[in-house]
Amino acid sequence: MEIVQLSIDNKKVVVEKGTTILEAAKNIGVDIPTLCHMKLHDMNIENKPGGCRVCVVEVEGRRNLAPACKTECTEGMDILTHSVRVVNARRTVMELILSDHPFECLVCSKSGDCELQTMAQNLGIREVRYQGEKNSYKSDESPAIVREMEKCIMCRRCETACNDVQTVGVLSAVNRGFESVVAPAFEMDLDHSACTFCGQCVAVCPTGALTERDSSAKVMDAIVDPKKTVIVQTAPAVRAALGEEFGMDAGTLVTGKMVSALRKLGFDHVFDTDFAADLTIMEEGTELLDRLGKHLAGDKDVKLPILTSCCPGWVNFFEHQFPDMIDIPSTAKSPQQMFGAIAKTYFADQLKQKREDVVVVSVMPCLAKKYECARDEFKVDGDPDVNLSISTRELAQMIRNANLNFEALEDDDFDQPLGESTGAAVIFGTTGGVIEAAVRTAYEVHTKKPLPKLDFEELRGFDGIRSATIDFDGLPINIGIAHGLGNARQLLEDIRAGKSQFHAIEIMACPGGCIGGGGQPYHHGDVEVLKKRQKAIYEEDKGKVIRKSHENPFIQKLYSEFLGEPCGHKSHELLHTHYYDKKKKVEI
Amino acid sequence: MADIKLPAGKVDELKEVCKKLGNEGGELINALHAAQELFGYLPAEVQELVANEMNVSVAHVYGVVTFYSFFSMIPKGEHPISICMGTACYVRGAEKVLDEFKRHLDVKVGETTEDGKFSISCLRCVGACGLAPVVTVGEKVYGRVAAEDVKGILEEYK
Repeated sequence: MEIVQLSIDNKKVVVEKGTTILEAAKNIGVDIPTLCHMKLHDMNIENKPGGCRVCVVEVEGRRNLAPACKTECTEGMDILTHSVRVVNARRTVMELILSDHPFECLVCSKSGDCELQTMAQNLGIREVRYQGEKNSYKSDESPAIVREMEKCIMCRRCETACNDVQTVGVLSAVNRGFESVVAPAFEMDLDHSACTFCGQCVAVCPTGALTERDSSAKVMDAIVDPKKTVIVQTAPAVRAALGEEFGMDAGTLVTGKMVSALRKLGFDHVFDTDFAADLTIMEEGTELLDRLGKHLAGDKDVKLPILTSCCPGWVNFFEHQFPDMIDIPSTAKSPQQMFGAIAKTYFADQLKQKREDVVVVSVMPCLAKKYECARDEFKVDGDPDVNLSISTRELAQMIRNANLNFEALEDDDFDQPLGESTGAAVIFGTTGGVIEAAVRTAYEVHTKKPLPKLDFEELRGFDGIRSATIDFDGLPINIGIAHGLGNARQLLEDIRAGKSQFHAIEIMACPGGCIGGGGQPYHHGDVEVLKKRQKAIYEEDKGKVIRKSHENPFIQKLYSEFLGEPCGHKSHELLHTHYYDKKKKVEI
Repeated sequence: MADIKLPAGKVDELKEVCKKLGNEGGELINALHAAQELFGYLPAEVQELVANEMNVSVAHVYGVVTFYSFFSMIPKGEHPISICMGTACYVRGAEKVLDEFKRHLDVKVGETTEDGKFSISCLRCVGACGLAPVVTVGEKVYGRVAAEDVKGILEEYK
């Protein structure tokens, strides 16, 4: 290892050759401000176009200031990170950026959480001396993501997320000079592109240029409508992140406070998507064992590996990019949609209400869920199984609107029967969780023996692609896990090439799984936040009395009273779906 | 996006070119040059085809096409007019000549007149600085052009 010695703010530093000034400074606790730069450590995700110039520093002997995020340390460098010259340059840079930025902070949805706003405040910008033309664009509103490109500062983080991390390839910088903007091909709307609505572009956008389509007002409209019974379901990852919106530490579990807040907001029944996650395991696990059984019996037509299908961003991805493989994923609907299907049949019957009078709202860490619930195949006579999906952030906004003191709320419990869940369901919220939950159930169903231990450490972690072999009492089951669509692509290409040795693969579109979803509180590039959320999810699992989906008493009751058996006739009708080839064909 | 069908012969030819370039993203600009040569311009369908063949995203192709002024998504006119904006031509009044063309034809740089007859583009130095300002219409070169000459040049093609 080659090392270099240098001085930063008159402090000696020794670093490995190739280290940037930004990293070297961080090592000795010197924080150089950045705007376009973003690095998610341990996840191999970095955006450093060196475009914004906010991170410039003074290097003794150099004529120009150097961008700290892109400049590598060399022997004997003498660096000043906050000299008068540096600070003045940063202020000039900020004023130039702001000269083409709308001044609507008071009514911008990103206000208070905006990195550009924070930077302007930190640098004490009180006027913008540069007045000139401002760009304007038509707003692009898909069912999930809203693009207001006049707020874009061309940091290119969204491009990195869309192209390098997710390999979706929908966004690119287009045009030139002052006209340049990040957009889909032909500047069409996202809705008409191959966008998966994973929302990772939104998750990393430093400004209000990319945000979610806000449905919270429609939720309130439903709540105040006396004719409607409004049901809410909350996804596993929400409870591990919602507290951050109210200043609580990352990884603080707020399940009880969240339930309490939802009740105060006026929902008639506060249920849990975790219940439907247990249901998903019953269906998906049964499908896995069914395909495996046929495969072992010598059936050459059976499709293996089976791929999980609970992530709607991932479903959109393979429909657009791997349409030749749409018969491989499990046909099981996602927990959100299973919940909706059961709520509007089984539960609506119990309430003696028509399905049109029942409104199902989901609180999701996800933006693709907004698109998913609007899909035609999840509607009955035009009435969607899930009417509205809001993100963790939108729920936080609703709680602030009502001026509830979130931290002081008493813990409350979910309603029954669709609020009971197991530890297996909770871990759906993190990468590796769905497949671990499936293994807990499939093992016991297949071997008819109790599992010796419930925690499968070999399936956990943060590596983009992981694999493990689980011994099903003499039958080795090869399991693959990928999170982030770029990693998923690698596993899919192996399957296409006939090189995959896996029996089952779990895929989640977002890095980290749902805990890192596009609808979660902004992590601002701090990967520790995701790790703490993951830890919280496993804690919640550990604390549950029941930790295997098939042991959920309300799931057992649902099958005996209503569904019959997993993957049976009624289950197929309500809980399974099919996929579509969405690849755009070039007309010749 | 215009719903046009591409002629199969040219599509095959373009695919052949892309194959020779190794179907590899690093050669994208060469593929786009070939495509524009073949089709005269780069409509959305051609860009999608190139993206497919060169294994890059359509958004990336569109980004490159809109970045370089050489590439055009609008079919050129029957008589493409190019005004040199190189240093020599510029200092001798090329901008006034350009403005005059724009005024007469009522189109901007990079656009084509509604009847499809004329299109205007700018270029940087045709290597005839002694004749500055220089204008080309199709293959024909006009030297020492003044704003007053523009009307006469256009008359030749009407």
